[in-house]
Amino acid sequence: MSSKVYIEDQKIKPNSPYSPPEITNPKQYRTYIAKFQSLIALIVLCMAIGLLSDNFFTVTNGWNVMRQISVNVCISVGMTLVVLTGGIDLSVGSILALAGAIAAGLLKFGIGISSLDLYIGFTLLGGILAGVLTGTLLGTFNGWTITKFNVPPFVATLAMLTIARGLTMLWTEGFPISGLGENFSFLGSGWFLGIPLPVWISGVIVIAAMIMTNKTRLGRYIYAIGGNESAARLSGINIHKIKIIVYAIAGALAAVGGLIVTSRLNSAQPNAGISYELDAIAAVVIGGTSLSGGRGTISGTVLGAVIIGVLNNGLVLLDVSPFWQQVVKGVVILLAVIVDKSNSKN
Amino acid sequence: MLIAENITKQFSGVKALDNVCLELHAGKCNAIVGENGAGKSTLMKILSGVYPDFEGRIIYKGKQVQFSNPKEAQDCGIAIIHQELNLIPYLSISENIFLGREITTQWGGLDIKQMRERTRGLLQKLKLNVPPDTPVHQLKVGQQQVVEIAKALLIDSEVIIMDEPTSAISESEVEVLFEIIKSLKQENKTIVYISHKLDELFKIADRFIVLRDGRCIESGDMPGMQHDDLIRKMVGREIKIIRKHVSNNCNEALLTVQDISLKHPARSGENLLKNISFCLSHGEIIGIFGLMGSGRTELMETLFGLNARTFSGRISIDNEEIIIKTPLDAIKAGIALVPEDRKKDGLVLGMDVKQNISLPVLNNVESMGFLSNSKEETLAEDYIEKLRIKTSSDTQKVKNLSGGNQQKIVLAKWLATKPKILMLDEPTRGIDINAKNEIYKLIQSLADAGLGIIVVSSELPEILAISDRILVMAEGALTAEFPANEATEDMILKAAIPKTI
Repeated sequence: MSSKVYIEDQKIKPNSPYSPPEITNPKQYRTYIAKFQSLIALIVLCMAIGLLSDNFFTVTNGWNVMRQISVNVCISVGMTLVVLTGGIDLSVGSILALAGAIAAGLLKFGIGISSLDLYIGFTLLGGILAGVLTGTLLGTFNGWTITKFNVPPFVATLAMLTIARGLTMLWTEGFPISGLGENFSFLGSGWFLGIPLPVWISGVIVIAAMIMTNKTRLGRYIYAIGGNESAARLSGINIHKIKIIVYAIAGALAAVGGLIVTSRLNSAQPNAGISYELDAIAAVVIGGTSLSGGRGTISGTVLGAVIIGVLNNGLVLLDVSPFWQQVVKGVVILLAVIVDKSNSKN
Repeated sequence: MLIAENITKQFSGVKALDNVCLELHAGKCNAIVGENGAGKSTLMKILSGVYPDFEGRIIYKGKQVQFSNPKEAQDCGIAIIHQELNLIPYLSISENIFLGREITTQWGGLDIKQMRERTRGLLQKLKLNVPPDTPVHQLKVGQQQVVEIAKALLIDSEVIIMDEPTSAISESEVEVLFEIIKSLKQENKTIVYISHKLDELFKIADRFIVLRDGRCIESGDMPGMQHDDLIRKMVGREIKIIRKHVSNNCNEALLTVQDISLKHPARSGENLLKNISFCLSHGEIIGIFGLMGSGRTELMETLFGLNARTFSGRISIDNEEIIIKTPLDAIKAGIALVPEDRKKDGLVLGMDVKQNISLPVLNNVESMGFLSNSKEETLAEDYIEKLRIKTSSDTQKVKNLSGGNQQKIVLAKWLATKPKILMLDEPTRGIDINAKNEIYKLIQSLADAGLGIIVVSSELPEILAISDRILVMAEGALTAEFPANEATEDMILKAAIPKTI
């Protein structure tokens, strides 16, 4: 069936040809600045800290910062996807803790069912997979409650925040699971080709997420759902499926973060990851992603995570009290959003 | 009453208004006509203080005035009722009317009693017979509009600007609105009436001002004006709709719909659609006419798989029964729906032209699992050219385009799915006459190419002009069917008016 379209009557000319608002030079300059404002802010921040502290621009500190932020990067990438669909995921901190604890517990103790006289031991890979699977399942559950029962994402993931934390406490009985062996600690503390392993992991995740958001159908659907859910649904997109996938990815990435944290400490803490969701949301917001969905980038989020990481590191190096650190972080988040809003208004 | 002199307003280098002069007369209904993009809304926004910076001056009651925000304009007595109503749905009528100017008791609390009484008075004057405590979301759109008018009257507005007031209300509600306008005129209020619907203007307006491309073309008294003359002034050229009819033949039907019923989502036992059956042939254009609430939109949505759980009936394409549970099923079966509200359901406004067109067919622009930019561009460019979409490039955000071009993008998006059946729900709502005609021609050429087309419209002249066959709906049922060349406006309206009230 050809849907060739032609307009036969040439007498009717298009009315005055649409002339797009011409971008004059100063404005172009402005949008250019706006595009890179986070990067500029980061550079200024680094310069300032570098001037005040001798230890900032050192190789050791550089890797240190990168390793510290890698966990937040993992979580924030998942959070970005969720926020792009117009949702939010408050449960990532708890999922991180549970995934780390499950992996640690299985590695150390395996599963023993005494009544059947059965014992299942776990290899390193098995433990890691179990951890990631835990995160994926809880994320899927989030997506399922949100789509199937129409629970607002804020509420559904708030519930999961509590549920997953409770499960972590049950699993660990409230005590850390420590002594997980050399091999496992390689994940969080090891180096590969001169780069810390957590940086590799988060780097791969970031690149994969960038390709996914820009170059695949799934990515486009995520933006479309966040931009206009109703139009996306009418375009034949299975909204429920995409949302469940997105929350599952967020859960899985939180689990990866949990494995890194557990491995670096060589111990699964029952209260690991508390308030990590807030750091992730901060990174997403500083990175210029709109909380109402449809607008934002992975690269922006990474930049946001780096800004938070550098700020944390710099304030520690400058010996600022931890109480003031929190205040400063809050102010930075506010500033970032205010600048972003005033830009989008122009 | 109000004179605007040499108003010029630029948006980043583009002149939206160019030396516009206008005079509004008290006690008259002043109609502002012009195509989309002619500058009507911009002019109104200047008069009502939304845009404070512009060149030229406004003389109001003999004095030059300068508004820096809408509140100042309101305080002077200029009120605007926007196309999209600005009411808070869960507040009551009186709370909405007094929003921002609440009456307080001497203790500082709200004087609910007095506000309610004054609201009651205003509603009585406007002949809206509902209690002042009714939450606004329970009112019909037409009634909500009356509440907006009451809001304007509360602050003793002298000038009331109405932007497309009839775009969302039914014919009977229009009559009520016209009565209100007439009584306001008797009170010597100045009404500014913006509308695309010329027929209405001839009924209600006393004076007209024609805007075209940001310039004031002509103004004068409405009596004595001819319909066609006015159109010519608006567009600067003549417009004709070519009619060409295809006879229908249900034996070789493209689409057959049998006994479609749809349950009411909330009220059990009630049906939104009642046993609807019809057929559509290749190359045929069916027009479906119905008033608001007749079920015309629900019918389209059901055929498109949006009401899978509550509907019953059979749908066949090319004599083969198909099951449609989701929009994706419908698209796969070759059905496309251009929805009623393009901004809400048709487009992702923040995305660009290219991304909107390719959205339903992204699997066609992939290569090796990844989206191919060049394939996507080819697809978009193809439709931009075919449908003459006026856009600076395929990466322009669709929210920056005019209504007509946005509608063409929705059409492009659905044509890209290569449909056999194209359903259009109010395809020309809120777009200018030139774009309307382009869309009519497009619909006809698509029908010539063999597509089956269903057009839903609440505009009678439109239905009569483009359809081959006209179906009329009322209260969820089909009440009449006419070949287009035998139908008249009277016959259609008679069939469309509900029997039970």
